[in-house]
Order: sequence, then structure tokens, then C-alpha cells
Amino acid sequence: MDVLFSYLVFPGFLFSASAGLFAGWIDRKLTARIQYRVGPPWYQNFVDILKLCYKETVVPYAGSRAAFLLSPIAGFLSMILVVSILGRAIQSPLESFAGDLIVVTYLLIIPALAVIIGASSSNNPFASIGASREMKLILGYELPFVLAMAVVVIKSHGALNLGAIINRQIAFGPHIASFSGALAFVVALLCIQAKLCLVPFDMSEAEQEIMAGALVEYSGFPLAVIKLTKALLLYALPVLLISLFWVNNLNLPSLIVKYFLILLAIILIKNTNPRLRIDQAMKFFWGPVSFLAVLSVVLALIGL
Amino acid sequence: MSIKINILTKSLWAYHAATSPCNNCDIEILDVFTPRHDVERFGIVLAGSVRHADVLVVTGVPNFKTKERLKKLYAQAARPCFVVAVGGCACGRIMFRDSYNSPCAVDEVIPVDVYIPGCPPKPEAIIAGIVKLIDKIKGKK
Ligand code: SF4
Repeated sequence: MDVLFSYLVFPGFLFSASAGLFAGWIDRKLTARIQYRVGPPWYQNFVDILKLCYKETVVPYAGSRAAFLLSPIAGFLSMILVVSILGRAIQSPLESFAGDLIVVTYLLIIPALAVIIGASSSNNPFASIGASREMKLILGYELPFVLAMAVVVIKSHGALNLGAIINRQIAFGPHIASFSGALAFVVALLCIQAKLCLVPFDMSEAEQEIMAGALVEYSGFPLAVIKLTKALLLYALPVLLISLFWVNNLNLPSLIVKYFLILLAIILIKNTNPRLRIDQAMKFFWGPVSFLAVLSVVLALIGL
Repeated sequence: MSIKINILTKSLWAYHAATSPCNNCDIEILDVFTPRHDVERFGIVLAGSVRHADVLVVTGVPNFKTKERLKKLYAQAARPCFVVAVGGCACGRIMFRDSYNSPCAVDEVIPVDVYIPGCPPKPEAIIAGIVKLIDKIKGKK
């Protein structure tokens, strides 16, 4: 009962999805203000999701029906698992199980994989272009992202569970305060921008070149599920960054302020950069970003 | 009024189908999304794919090629999908009525819900048309 509650209501699906949709609204509103527009009302993203649930679901005739319909749900369920693990770890750090950092890292790839599988099974040329770009992008950002997590693990003396990492930061100060931690934080921030599929790394859904890219064939309920998955990602990734790098204490206001600061950084990066080509993004992640990540690992190893 | 319709009218995603217009109407449609008019206030956004669309915004006179495309687009859209004809061309073919490459008007290919005349219509007129569409969806006069 307790497990179900934390999976479905708090801190799992219901709470996190609402928080993510609300964060999505902040994104839209701020983007609109930056462009001198007024922007949508606060309930806009909720209404969008509800509307999509009511709409007809079209399945492409030439595609593979099961893979097309099931893959968004797989990504969605794995994201709920991520937010539940994260939320429990923050609620009561002592209860988290050993190795949940690794589990979270794995589960965070599944939404992207689900998008790739769904897009390839829809048999649409635009979707396959989007899927291939998404695939390359995963190869690009996953290496620096894992390295940035390795920095955290090294700095917390090999602790692989979120609770222990949080506890250590509460006892000895946040990781972001050190040299290597700050570098790894910047690296991770760039990686989550790509994980969230936001500009400048949104080439898999580039609306102006390949229509909606990987999502081009989705409609109705599966599209709503994909949008919810994105909302969950928008909630989970900044929270993950906070719990890995930036915990002084666990009182709610400071966590919320930190969340908004990271969200603000993401939105500003999104609004001040043009979209990169996929080859530029690969060069960016495998060049400077990976270099920074390796540098921060080295710094962490020598104890800076 | 059912909650379903209420929700639908608060989040209309538009797909822009240009069936050989002169491009003026398209520019006016894009104007509607710019800071001055900003219809994202009402939840209206441009959708990249017709599968996501609630409203098909059609401009121009269909010719022999785009006629077929338009038919396909309408068939591909997820229901419920409404059609708005923007500009004199899409409403009634104006001076292209007797042209050799204009087989039919938009409403002879797909059912049109709202007509927005003008050559091109002003953004205000387009917004007024969308308001009419919303009233129509809600079943008001
Ligand atoms: S109605 Fe006028 S402005 Fe619009 S596409 Fe036709 S000719 Fe161009």
C-alpha cells in the first residue's frame, strides 16, 4: 500500500507530473516574456494533456502497432520509477537502497530509447531521421553525464546510493562548492539540456526541418503519455542534479529555490541559443564537454 | 456544455496547410503568433505534424497537386479536426476561379468550418475567425 502510494501519488506520478507540467508552464511563460509576448495561462499544460487524452489515436498502417503504442508507456513507467526513487531518497535519505544511483542512471535512458523505438516502428521517414539523431545524441551526452556522476561518487568516497550522497553533503558541505564538483555540475547541466530535448539540442524534434521529428506520427493518448514523460523529466533531472551536487539541508524552501534556479538556467540556455546541427552537438559533447568531465574526475581524484 | 469541449477550445493546435497561396496569407497567419497578437495566450500553438492538429488552417487555391495533398492531410488528422479557410483564395477562389490550373475550391475538397475572407485578412480578422470557430465548437450561435 505504502509502495503503491509512493509510486502513484507522492512522490511518484501525481505529484511529480503536476510539478513537471507546472515547470513546463514556467518555461513557456518565461520564453514568452523573453520574446515580449504574454504567454499561456498557468493551467495550459494540464489542459493540453487532457485534450490529447480525448483525441483519436491514429496508428500508422505500415508501422508496427504494438511497438508503436507500447514504447511511450515503457518510457513513462520507467520515469515514474525514477521520480519515486528520487523522491523517497530526498524524503528519508537513510532508507534508500544501495546502488540506486546506478538504477536511476539506467532508467533515465529508457525514455529516450522508447522514443527511438516508437519512432522507428512508425515507419515515417521524418520519424526515422529524428530517431537516428536521438540515437547519436544519446551516444554524445551519456559519456560526460556518467563521468559527472562518477565525480560525485568519488567525492562521496564510493557511495553509490543517493541517500548516502545526500547525507555526506549535509555533513561535509555540498559538492558544488569544490572545484571538481562545480565543473561536473556544469557538465551535467549541459547534459540534462540534451536529455530534455531542449534547444540547442532539440534536433530530434526540430519542428522547422523535420516537422515533429520522432513524434510526427503520434496522436491522442500516446502523445499525451510522451508529453507527460517529458514533464516528468523536466521535474526529475533538476532534482537529481540538486541531490547529487547541491544539498546543504533538506528543508523544502531551499530545495524549491534551487530547483527554480536550475530551471531558470535551463530556460535561459534554451532561449539564447540557436539549434545546433547533430554533428556540431556530437563534437561539442565528445570534445569540450567530455574534456571538462575528465578534468573534473581527475580533480576529484586528487581531492580538489 | 461538456468538459470535453471546454478543454478542446482552450488548447487548439493549428496545422498550417498552404495549398498554393501567394504567401501573403501565410505571413498574416504567422503574425497572429507574434508579440503583438500572441494567440498562445489562448493556448493556440502551431503544430509541426498534422497528427497533433486540432485545426487545419488552409490558405490558397488548391491546384491539381495540392488538392490531393489537402485531401490526404485531412484524412491523416486525428479527429476531432476543424478546418479554417483563411483568405479570399481559400474561401472562394476569387480571381483564380476561371484559371486553367484551379480545379476546385477548398470547400469542395474538405468540409470547411469557418471562412475568413480578406486578401490577405488582417491578424485581427483571423483572431475574430478563431473566436467564431470556438463559438461554433461550443454550439453557440
Ligand atoms: S487571399 Fe490574397 S493574400 Fe491570400 S493567398 Fe490568396 S491572393 Fe494571396
